[in-house]
This record gives sequence, structure tokens and C-alpha cells, in this order.
Amino acid sequence: MTRYAGNAEALRALVREQEVHRDVYVSEEVFQLEMEHMFPNSWVYVGHDSQVPNPGDYFGTTIGTQPVLLVRHTDGKVHVLHNRCPHKGTRITSETCGNTGKFFRCPYHAWSFKTDGSLLAIPLKKGYENTGFEQSHAAPGMAPVRHVRNYRGFVFAKINDGGLDFEEFFGESLSSFDNMVDRSPAGQLKVAGGVLRYMHNCNWKMLVENQTDTCHPMVAHESSAGTVVEVWKKAPPGTRKPMAVEIIAPFMSPYEFFENMGIRIWDNGHGHTGVHHSIHSDYSAVPGYFEKMKAAYGEERAKAILDENRHNTVYFPNIMIKGPIQLLRHFKPIAANKTLVESWTFQLVDAPDMLLERTLMYNRLINAPTSIVGHDDLEMYERAQEGLHSNGNEWVNLQRLYSPDEAEQTNVAVNGTSEWPMRHQFRAWSKFMTVGM
Amino acid sequence: MSMLAEAPLKNAVPTDQELIDFVVREARLIDQQRFDEWLDMYADDAFYWMPLEWNQTDPRLTCSLMYEDKLLLSIRVERLKGARTFSQKPKSRCHHVLQTPQVDSRDTAANSYVTWTAMHYVETRLEEQTLYAAWATHHLSVENGRLKIKLKRVDLINCDAAFGNIQLFM
Repeated sequence: MTRYAGNAEALRALVREQEVHRDVYVSEEVFQLEMEHMFPNSWVYVGHDSQVPNPGDYFGTTIGTQPVLLVRHTDGKVHVLHNRCPHKGTRITSETCGNTGKFFRCPYHAWSFKTDGSLLAIPLKKGYENTGFEQSHAAPGMAPVRHVRNYRGFVFAKINDGGLDFEEFFGESLSSFDNMVDRSPAGQLKVAGGVLRYMHNCNWKMLVENQTDTCHPMVAHESSAGTVVEVWKKAPPGTRKPMAVEIIAPFMSPYEFFENMGIRIWDNGHGHTGVHHSIHSDYSAVPGYFEKMKAAYGEERAKAILDENRHNTVYFPNIMIKGPIQLLRHFKPIAANKTLVESWTFQLVDAPDMLLERTLMYNRLINAPTSIVGHDDLEMYERAQEGLHSNGNEWVNLQRLYSPDEAEQTNVAVNGTSEWPMRHQFRAWSKFMTVGM
Repeated sequence: MSMLAEAPLKNAVPTDQELIDFVVREARLIDQQRFDEWLDMYADDAFYWMPLEWNQTDPRLTCSLMYEDKLLLSIRVERLKGARTFSQKPKSRCHHVLQTPQVDSRDTAANSYVTWTAMHYVETRLEEQTLYAAWATHHLSVENGRLKIKLKRVDLINCDAAFGNIQLFM
């Protein structure tokens, strides 16, 4: 039964000012419409250009559920192509990433394509003469995603012509990328350390919402972070605090800590926690790092860069970055109740290795399928995914610190425990879901 | 020798059979959820390493699924006992099937013994039962007449796959 296809009113009715209908999480039809409308209408993260440093380098990923390729063309420019042969639809690459040389060659019938996607050659080409091939869908080659933007190394793409242009879509939110990149004395990041992949049996939006949910850490993570605090209390006095304790213990900070740290809200569902301070604020200094930053930027600017301690910056629809530790999480939708979480880590070019070491430790302690902190979160998502099938109440409450005039406001910093960012994410969801509908 | 109690070594240098019995006992303690006894098999400076990458050599600048010292391992064990450890309500259970451990190297002078054990590991919780295939490499040494684990490395055959929760110990 279809209830929502082609019915913008019904879709809009799923999002109210202070609550959202459970169908946004559990309905397969709504999920399909997200893939057909919301993701193609949005600027979606594809990858980092350091993953494809040389001509011919490619990296396969998805925009929503559509397979795409990030590829470096012979002229040095980065393209995003739909990863399908225009002939029979075969996925072109066999590995997730690699180097294809000067052209892609389909493994099925050897049609070949330049690294910008254009058709290079077809075996037995005579067979297409006088068939009107030039007018076919196949003739142009591998279809490019037309709207691509590389922002300081981070590549985004938009499949549809509708929606907003890049600057309008992101606006001031790009300052979080700026801060993460500026933390390198060379002003450059490089993907490093490997990608952690974690399968979640829940809707992708639960993960996105959780990035600005500051009322859960001291409750859900009492099992992990609380245990760290308790075990650490028994250490002999004067023992140096290990990096792992510095990373996990702040999750147990009290409500006041999160209230005071603040949340900033931008347009189109973007925003960040940690306006004044964050769980990353009190990490030990890394020897030699500030000297390098000072040499690169001057003391005042170096301090300003490092004094930003944004906790989680959410970029609508489905990534989160942590500037202070150079980490990006990509919440890849697979089905209404299935999400692949990829956690990518970055090296600050020309900075001490210890920063990457800390980033990787954070990643495996918090984001790994073998991580105790991650277990706490996934348990809650999966319980919610099941509980939402109860007919006792069809609505999810997002009311905390609601203010009736908030929809019109942008770039404001509010109480760090507000659910305003989640309400804003759903306002954006409703908007991009129904653009052009 | 009983599998239930850990016996001190008969001599200063462990026999191959004593190394093998030790590795088998470790798996049994995990299966029986005797985590305090299990933790006691590890040296104070021990590490438990589960690489993320096939043939990974660097645990520091390459991400791992686990690379934990004894403090972190003891935190895991304490967490499993916690009243508010919701992901363990109900608790997970696990089951190891080991091939006979092979003694790869014995260096008495350096007090270093390495075993290699192919295994299947099953973890289960609620309706879910998941099978993992792995090789465990144990680096052991003798401390005060007892064997201790200095490093346990668990290489999953599909180390780079996307997993759901893996909650106990392989």
C-alpha cells in the first residue's frame, strides 16, 4: 500500500513542530522516497580527495543507496560518476578503491570509458552503425553526477538539478570544516589509519539525531564511561592519566556540563554541539604541536584555531565531523531498519603522529563494533527501532526547550541540551523530501 | 592436570603441552564467563590486539578493532558486571572451538613462547548467533613460575567486514 508517494502533504504531515511520526523511521516506503527525493536533492558527502591522489585513482561509495565512484581524471580534476556501465548496468569496478589507469573497462563486454566517464571505445563497434546509437542513453558513457564540489578536500555531490546551490545549502556551517583543516600546520588533511565499519539494525536518522543528543551520555554510557571513572579512581595517587581515560571519562560529565557547552544551529539541518567547550577540551597537549602551529599561523591565530572545541558537527543529511580529533562518521542508509556506519580518520599534514594515534584510539574506543561505548548506543537504537512498532503512541517527542519562533532563526547558539537541532534536521528533511514534488 | 584450576609450571621452562593447555584454558575461561580468572592470565603490561587490516603490522597509526592494555581489559570485565550495562541485558554467551595450538617458537633465553591457534568463535545474544573464524597468536612468558599472556593477537578472517556488536572476548 502506498501512502506517501507523490503526496507532499502526507510527507509534510509526518513532521510536526515538536514531534515526528514513527513512519520516518520504520516505513520502507518513506525510506524509498528518501532515496528518490531527499538524498538526490541534497549535497551528500562522497569522500576526501586524498583518497584519490593520482590520476586514475578511484573510490566507490554511495549517495543514499545509489553506487557512485569518486575518480581523479587525467587533468587532475575530481569527478563523481554513477558506478554502472551504460550498457547492461554492470558495476564497473571490482575493488572499493584502486587505480584504473587511463580508462575504466567494463568487465562484462569491455566497453571502456575515460576517467571523466565519457565513452572511449566499444568492441565490434560496426554492430552499432545505423542503429541510432548516438541518440541512446548509453552513448554518453558513464553518467556523471553533474553537481560536484570539492571544499578544502571534502567532496560533495548533488544528483538532482533542483534543491539549493552549494553555498546556500551549507552557509556558515562550513566553518567546522575550516577549523578541522586549519588544525594542520600545512592547512591540509589526509585520510589515514583505515576505515572502521559498523553495521546497525536501525534507521540512519537515529544516528544523526544522536550526534546532538547531550541528554544520553551520562545515562546510556554509565556502563562504559561510568566504569572507566570507577576503575580509574582505584589507580594509585599520582599515576599519569592514560589517553584512554582522557577520551572516555568526559562522557560521564553532568547535565550542567552539556547545558553550558551550548549548541549552534544553522540552516538546512546543520549544526554543532560544543560552542564553549566540549568533551575534547581537556586533552593533554601533544609535544611539539603548538610550536608548529605557531610557526605556521602566528601565536594568536594558532590559539584561536585550537581554542575551538566543537564536539559534533552534523552536516545534513548523513555525516558528522569531530574537528578537534579529525574524525568523520558517515551514516550510510541501506534500508529503513539498516545502516552502515563508516568512521574515517584524518592525519593533520605536518603535525606530530601522536595526534593521529589519539584519533585512532578515539575511533576504536568509541566507534568500533568491538567498542564498549558503541555497544551502549547501538543497544538504544535497536530498542527504539523495535519499540516504534508499538501502536500505543505513533509519535516521537522532540519537544525539549522548544520555542515557537525558532523555525525562523538561524546561526544561534542555545542551551546545549536543547532538541532544537533535531527539530531543525526534520524541518530540513521535510523541505528536501518535497522539493519539486 | 585439571582444566579448572591453573597449576604452576612443573619446571622453570614450560613444555609444549603446558603451553597448549594454557591456551586451551584461556578459551574455556571466556566460554564459562570466568572473566576475573581470565584477566589474571594476562601480564600487567599485556596487550590484547584485534587488527582491522589483513596482515596489519602497526597497532598505533593504523586503526584496530581492539588494542587494549590491562586497564582497558579490566574496564571491560567490570562493565560486564554492571547493573546498567543495557547491551548485556540479557547477557551474551560465547563458544570457542580451537584447533590444537601449535608452538611456533620457543626462546627460553628471552622467556618468550609463541603459539598459533586456528579457531571458530560463536557469540550469541537474544535470537542472534554469529560465527567468526580467526587465528589467535599468543605471546607467552613465565612470571613467578606461572605462564602469562604478554600479547594475544586475534586475526579475523574477515577483519575488514562491517560487523554488528562483538561484545565478549575471542
